Amino acid sequence: MKRRTLLTAAAASALALGAAMPSFAQDPVKVGFIYVGPRNDGGWSQHHHEAAVDMAEHFGDAVELVEQETVPEGADAERVMTQMALSGVDIIFATSFGYMDPVINVASKFPNVKFEHATGYKTAENVGVYSARFYEGRAVEGYLAGNVTESNKIGYIGSFPIPEVIRGINSSFHHAKLVNPDVEMSVVWLNTWFDPAKEADAAQALIDNGIDVVLQHTDSTAPQITAQKAGNVYTFGQAADMAEFGPMPRISSIIDLWAPYYIERVQAVIDGTWESDNTWDGIGAGMVGIGEISSAVPADVKAGAEALRDGIAAGEIHPFTGPINKQDGSVWLAEGEVADDGTLAGMNFYIEGITGEIPQ
Amino acid sequence: MIKFIKRPQPSKFWTLATPLLAVILTMILGGLLFAAMGKDPFEAIRTIFWDPLFNPQFAGYSRPQLLVKAGPLILIAIGLSLGFKAGIWNIGAEGQYIMGALTGAAVGLALYPLEAWWIFPLMIIAGAIGGFVWAMIPAILKTRFNTNEILVSLMLVYVAEQILASAALGALRNPEGNGFPGSRNLSQIEWMSNPELISGTGAHWGVIAALGAVVATYVLLNKHMLGFQIRLTGESPRAARFAGVKDKLLVMFCLGAAGALAGLAGLFEVTGPAGQISIDFGSGYGFTAIIVAFLGRLHPVGILLAGLLLALTFIGGELAQFMLGLPSSAIQVFQGMLLMTLLAMDIVVNYRLTLVKKEVA
Amino acid sequence: MDFGSINPVILLASLMVASTPILLAALGEMVTEKSGVLNLGVEGMMIFGAVCGFIAAVESQSPAIGFLVAAIGGAALSMLFGVLTQIFLTTQVPAGLALTLFGTGLASLLGQNYQGISPPRMPEMHIPLLKDIPFLGPILFEHDAIVYLSILAVFAVWAFLKFTRAGLVLRAVGENHAAAHALGYKVKLVRFAAIGFGGAMAGLGGAYISLVRVPQWTDGITAGIGWIALAIVVFASWKAGRILIGAYLFGGITVLQLNLQAAGAKVPVELLSMSPFLATILVLVVISARRHGASNAPAMLGRIFHTS
Repeated sequence: MKRRTLLTAAAASALALGAAMPSFAQDPVKVGFIYVGPRNDGGWSQHHHEAAVDMAEHFGDAVELVEQETVPEGADAERVMTQMALSGVDIIFATSFGYMDPVINVASKFPNVKFEHATGYKTAENVGVYSARFYEGRAVEGYLAGNVTESNKIGYIGSFPIPEVIRGINSSFHHAKLVNPDVEMSVVWLNTWFDPAKEADAAQALIDNGIDVVLQHTDSTAPQITAQKAGNVYTFGQAADMAEFGPMPRISSIIDLWAPYYIERVQAVIDGTWESDNTWDGIGAGMVGIGEISSAVPADVKAGAEALRDGIAAGEIHPFTGPINKQDGSVWLAEGEVADDGTLAGMNFYIEGITGEIPQ
Repeated sequence: MIKFIKRPQPSKFWTLATPLLAVILTMILGGLLFAAMGKDPFEAIRTIFWDPLFNPQFAGYSRPQLLVKAGPLILIAIGLSLGFKAGIWNIGAEGQYIMGALTGAAVGLALYPLEAWWIFPLMIIAGAIGGFVWAMIPAILKTRFNTNEILVSLMLVYVAEQILASAALGALRNPEGNGFPGSRNLSQIEWMSNPELISGTGAHWGVIAALGAVVATYVLLNKHMLGFQIRLTGESPRAARFAGVKDKLLVMFCLGAAGALAGLAGLFEVTGPAGQISIDFGSGYGFTAIIVAFLGRLHPVGILLAGLLLALTFIGGELAQFMLGLPSSAIQVFQGMLLMTLLAMDIVVNYRLTLVKKEVA
Repeated sequence: MDFGSINPVILLASLMVASTPILLAALGEMVTEKSGVLNLGVEGMMIFGAVCGFIAAVESQSPAIGFLVAAIGGAALSMLFGVLTQIFLTTQVPAGLALTLFGTGLASLLGQNYQGISPPRMPEMHIPLLKDIPFLGPILFEHDAIVYLSILAVFAVWAFLKFTRAGLVLRAVGENHAAAHALGYKVKLVRFAAIGFGGAMAGLGGAYISLVRVPQWTDGITAGIGWIALAIVVFASWKAGRILIGAYLFGGITVLQLNLQAAGAKVPVELLSMSPFLATILVLVVISARRHGASNAPAMLGRIFHTS
């Protein structure tokens, strides 16, 4: 509720300001957001929501924010976006992959409304797509995991076997292996983005199998709590910093930083310079944040991880730099070769050394 | 002491009056809820019930959308009502809906990229069969082993959901989908799509089918021997048996019809509004339709109206969310209240309230 | 395949934790159904109990108070269902579904201010001496109080239904409400009590998720466990002991599936996920076939009772 009251207070002051300066008042730009989950799900949707609120606060009375949560993908999404467009929004951010076709459909009917679709790949004149290179952050996590593990077993809680998740698995494993050739990785697929009880069970199962570093691609903090109970297990914050679990078990995190992008794109709408784009940004552009590396990590490892982070940010290091083989032993990247975005975008194979299969 | 006396016939007056009363009561209760949340209750109620229908900004789009949203609900509820009338409890329509969509889509996608006019009709048949077969499992188990159909049909929903997830990730995954789960978009393949038939009406083949099902069921129940048998079985299974009703066949018919209609609803949804098989394709229509069937008092026309009313609260609820910033959970509570008051009000339709003096024992 | 890293002792211990919410909710629903009432609102009552318990535990800093309030909350919500079905004579299936809708929404509204908070920790009760028994000790005697309570509840419910007069009345009402009424039993009162018990147990089960197993509050935290509890009741053919088996079996499959994956075994996730439901259907068929048509289901399940 704190956030809410803050918001109303901000809105009230904005109103007051607007009233005081009628001569400058112009129609605010109306920005719509739709979320696939509840806006306080503690994970994916919440981060988009918070970024949206930050964006609205940044612009004050120049922007009016409208939001809709728990929008199922498919027909419902199409209707919600159409209604938003009819209500006069200028730009809609659709924050889930499954909104892809609905976005394209609605966009074709409202050429004057701009659309931004997260994690999709279909663009149009008035549809841009944006996504984050989370695998860059995963590389840093993998580096830390490979260094801190004592059992040489790290675990990964996977949601759905899609390229986004598989990239993260490969990236973290590759970098763990670079610093620790003996490391093994177990992947547990849950087929859900968010199910705290199941995530807790999965973390427990991994820990019970001798794993002492748990990475997660699901959104709840349940694995953190499970690890905390178990004791000597390391975890990483996912989507949020989850700093309240530091310095142990959480030793670092990948943070979704959407606000700067939202501010930039809404500014473009205000300025009338908005154009369809295909943004895929990482640490360097500030879309992926690496949370504070905690005191549980030895100083030299911390320094190494930060160097890796900075190298990736500066564009000097590509997380997928050869030699890397595919799981079956065939060559994917030769010595020094870096992965191209096309392969990464559709990644559907494990790299060499990961056991298990990607569910089909 | 107040006593309820069962009416020999449901009251005509109250049949019509109770839904109105229930809606008004819910508006008051819901208004209080919205007021407690710091929203203007009148504006909220107006946004939910009035704006989708009459607000010039939205109505042109929202009105046809009512049909799109209500279509599958009505189609499924009609099928369910047959069974419910006969005392056959199929609560697994969600599973039948999913399986209909899956089989229909699978047939279509197996033929891809063939172009022929008969593909869509073939998919419709496959969809109906998919739902039918899924409903036949509880039907056969019930007639063969007397297994409880409520529970089997419910269990099969979970099984269907797992098959759906597996299909979206595996067998039916779009090979050109960049590795993401979900099938090709059927609504964009000319010979597999279920388009809006008349622009601006929202009416696609599923809506037509729903309306057809309403009429057909009305005729069946009122003019046909089978309809009489269904009603008789529901009211008195023993009497029905004496009257020569083949109860096993009736179970098969009721479950099968419900399954086929739910399968059709799934097929029309996947080829039209939803567009593709995805992990989240089952959006609860099958369960909501159970409520629709009862709100409509298992009467075809009632179901039609109940489906539209529920669709209205969905669409109005969406408007209230982004226009007024109401959380979706408030809308859920509101819908829950509406359903409960509607269900509770049923009592005055079937029972007469009378004051009786307490008898001396 | 390598199962070497799966330790059966740990596996059993963690399946007990994973199964407890299902066990509690299913046990409550079984009693409700034994009285002839089918309440499909278990999921709604669970999540409502989860949020009530969480709020109470955070505010009071006492998990015990949390569980108490969760039970009260679940029971209170179930009374709504009771009023609808027993006084307003509403059909039970849609009333239960409406209850789930209502409960889920209400829980989410109530819980808005409680996201991201950690509840007070539930102390584990290591039972002295017993916990030192090799193998069994760590499995059975190093849990929190609710795990023990849930197992005790299985025995209590079993004994209540089998040996007490009240239990007999409850079953009579579920088997033939007209006859029970004729014998002078208060059918509605009995059913209200049974519905309330079901609600309280569902509430406890929900709170176990939000206070122990996860523990935190987020929307949708029960994630469909209430529906599973309904399935377990049937799987158990309305017998308390089998509820225990069913719940542990289900929890076991879930935990085992995850453990197999963690150990690197190839596991068809979907197939394993659907196996409990297929097993339930199979059990149902076997039971009803063996008994020549008369399954163990209470005869009046789902029927409306009205004294004219």
